[in-house]
Amino acid sequence: MELTLNWYLALSAVLFTIGVLGVLFRSNAIVILMSVELMLNAVNLTLVALSQSMGDTAGQVLVFFVMSVAAAEAAVGLAIIIAIFRNKLTVDINKINLFKY
Amino acid sequence: MDTDLLVRLILLLPLAGAVFNGILGLFIRGLRKNEWVIGGIGTAVVAVPFLLTVYLFTAGFDEAHIASYYTWMAVGDLQIDFAYRIDHLSLIMALVVTGVGALIHLYSIGYMHGDRGFWKFFAYLNLFIFMMLNLILGDNLLVLFLGWEGVGLCSYLLIGFWYEDLKNSAAANKAFIVNRVGDFAFLMAMFILFKNLGGLDFGTLLAFADGVGAGAVPGWVHWVVLLLFIGATGKSAQIPLFVWLPDAMAGPTPVSALIHAATMVTSGLYLLARLSSFVLLSPSMMMIVAVVGALTAIMAATIALTQNDIKRVLAYSTVSQLGYMFMAAGVGAFFVSIFHLFTHAFFKACLFLGSGSVIHGMHHVEHELHHRGREGPLDPQDMRTMGGLKKYMASTRWTYLFATVAIAGIPLTAGFFSKDEILFKAFEYGYDGHFYAWFVWGVGIVTALLTAFYMMRSYMLTFEGEPRWPMADTVHPHESPWTITVPLWVLGGLSLVAGFLGLPGVIAHGELNWIHGYLAGHDGHAGPVAEAAVEGHAGLGIEWGLIVLGSLIALVGVGWAWRFYGRHGLAGDALLRERFGTLYRWWEGKYFWDEFYQKTVVRLVIGGAEHGLAPFDLKVIDGIVNGLAALMRGISRLLRHIQTGIVQNYALAIVFGVVVIIALMLSG
Repeated sequence: MELTLNWYLALSAVLFTIGVLGVLFRSNAIVILMSVELMLNAVNLTLVALSQSMGDTAGQVLVFFVMSVAAAEAAVGLAIIIAIFRNKLTVDINKINLFKY
Repeated sequence: MDTDLLVRLILLLPLAGAVFNGILGLFIRGLRKNEWVIGGIGTAVVAVPFLLTVYLFTAGFDEAHIASYYTWMAVGDLQIDFAYRIDHLSLIMALVVTGVGALIHLYSIGYMHGDRGFWKFFAYLNLFIFMMLNLILGDNLLVLFLGWEGVGLCSYLLIGFWYEDLKNSAAANKAFIVNRVGDFAFLMAMFILFKNLGGLDFGTLLAFADGVGAGAVPGWVHWVVLLLFIGATGKSAQIPLFVWLPDAMAGPTPVSALIHAATMVTSGLYLLARLSSFVLLSPSMMMIVAVVGALTAIMAATIALTQNDIKRVLAYSTVSQLGYMFMAAGVGAFFVSIFHLFTHAFFKACLFLGSGSVIHGMHHVEHELHHRGREGPLDPQDMRTMGGLKKYMASTRWTYLFATVAIAGIPLTAGFFSKDEILFKAFEYGYDGHFYAWFVWGVGIVTALLTAFYMMRSYMLTFEGEPRWPMADTVHPHESPWTITVPLWVLGGLSLVAGFLGLPGVIAHGELNWIHGYLAGHDGHAGPVAEAAVEGHAGLGIEWGLIVLGSLIALVGVGWAWRFYGRHGLAGDALLRERFGTLYRWWEGKYFWDEFYQKTVVRLVIGGAEHGLAPFDLKVIDGIVNGLAALMRGISRLLRHIQTGIVQNYALAIVFGVVVIIALMLSG
């Protein structure tokens, strides 16, 4: 069978959904960050697929931006988690939740 | 001098005095002790307007001068300004208010000496003068009503001046509440007038009254006159709304003299006189006015006969004399009611101030007795423990006597001329087929006899005979200071001579009746006070006869009381009680009006409030408010659970929202 555009979009959607579910339902902070990266990558895939199919390179340019921001964000996020770990000795978000009364 | 400026000064000076004494007295404690400053300023701000009024009086004003200052309200068709009218009627009233007012302010400096609320007293008195001036100088019914309510307020403040005693506060409440009933009627009258005439200023009202032909009087006119009269019965203490006036004697005596004798209670009369051409349009209502006035006069006179408190006697006397004034109004002789108002102000104020002097003296006796260890109460106002005061209080005694003969109507005194004029006008009106006027005349004659008798009784019991208070040989009252006796002499003198302003028609064919010309117009020029057109005229002979009859009645009444109480002293009252039996019981019980009102109106209103309105307020109104609060609390208890504090739940909510939006977008 032919790998049409829809296949790429579908894959992207599935990846994005898995990422969302990971953010919502996992309790390990590092896993949540990984899920966020997964979501960002799914979006990258969408952008590239559509750019290829429409022949417009703007999509690929945008991917560069997304990737650099994702990298920066991952760095900062991990730094925060390390700081928290040094204090609380855990990365379970249920244990570092100050909101819950 | 510019009239507008003068009017402004006349009105604003008393207000300035009230503000000065009131505000500065409130904040500067040191000022409160300085009685001469407070009293001096308080008196000056009334005395200066008196002089200004005298100046205006000499300046003429045959035509009314209207001084309009600000627009009070301009709403739709209604345009009301702060406008004041200077004409003969308002000038006469203003002379009385400021003149007698100034004397009473001077008197108060002596009378209220040492009182803790001295400064408040003068502030209230000045405020009262301001409000009263608004009432009598106003050019429309709303400014008049402003003054009307204002004097009611000041009356409340002053009656309940010694508020620490709950009886005084109750009396003040009674005055205010009973007056409110009258005010309601007054408001209704104003509504009807506005609806039919489009305006409330006197120009409009009087123009309408002059323009209406005798046969074409619309029905609403009768309602207006009736309602205005009901309002007047409230303020001027006639049946059925007079019950507050005897209780109002709880206030200090200068208050009784100024407000409840000379000025405020005459407001109802002034209202009718001002709208005289309007009132004349309704002969049927005039009959009601005259008959109510007559009945009130005789009722109050019989009650006064039995009272032991000297101020109560004078209070009922006031009610009775006001009845006379309404009798005159009811037979179309409005200028005579103003004339009687004028003379009454002098002798009644003199009587009240004299009684105040007596009370002042008896207070001293009371203190002396307590000093010397004698226990037991001594009511300084009770005539039963007075007697023989002529030895100790000469000025008070003579001025009280002058005022007594004046009110009794001894020939040539002020009361003689004005009262006789009322009776004559009533008699004359009867010739026109208004037979009620003869009934009124008859009642007036009997009341005149009673008046002479009970007033002389009060004089005899107070000043003549032997002293009846304990330790009378060693403890005496003394005469009051000059601030008290000077006003007494002035008013006493006026009680004797002021009558010459209105000499009856028999003398020089009415040419010498100055006040008639001044108020009702002369030489073809109409004055501010209208008169009934009387067809039948009583002849000269009848007029002389009536004058002789009036003089005889006064002399008989006074002489009889002099002999009766001179011989029996206090025991005279017991003799009267024996002779009149049940009647005396009715008079002494004041015809049980208070008890009647208590059992009917008061019980109804309080019962309605206690069993109707109070539960409604507690259960329904509070229920709704509290119920809303409970509802909110319930809803929040449910919704609270959304806030779990777990961030992932919040993120889940966001995702749900996104899904919903995408679904909506896809479904178009």
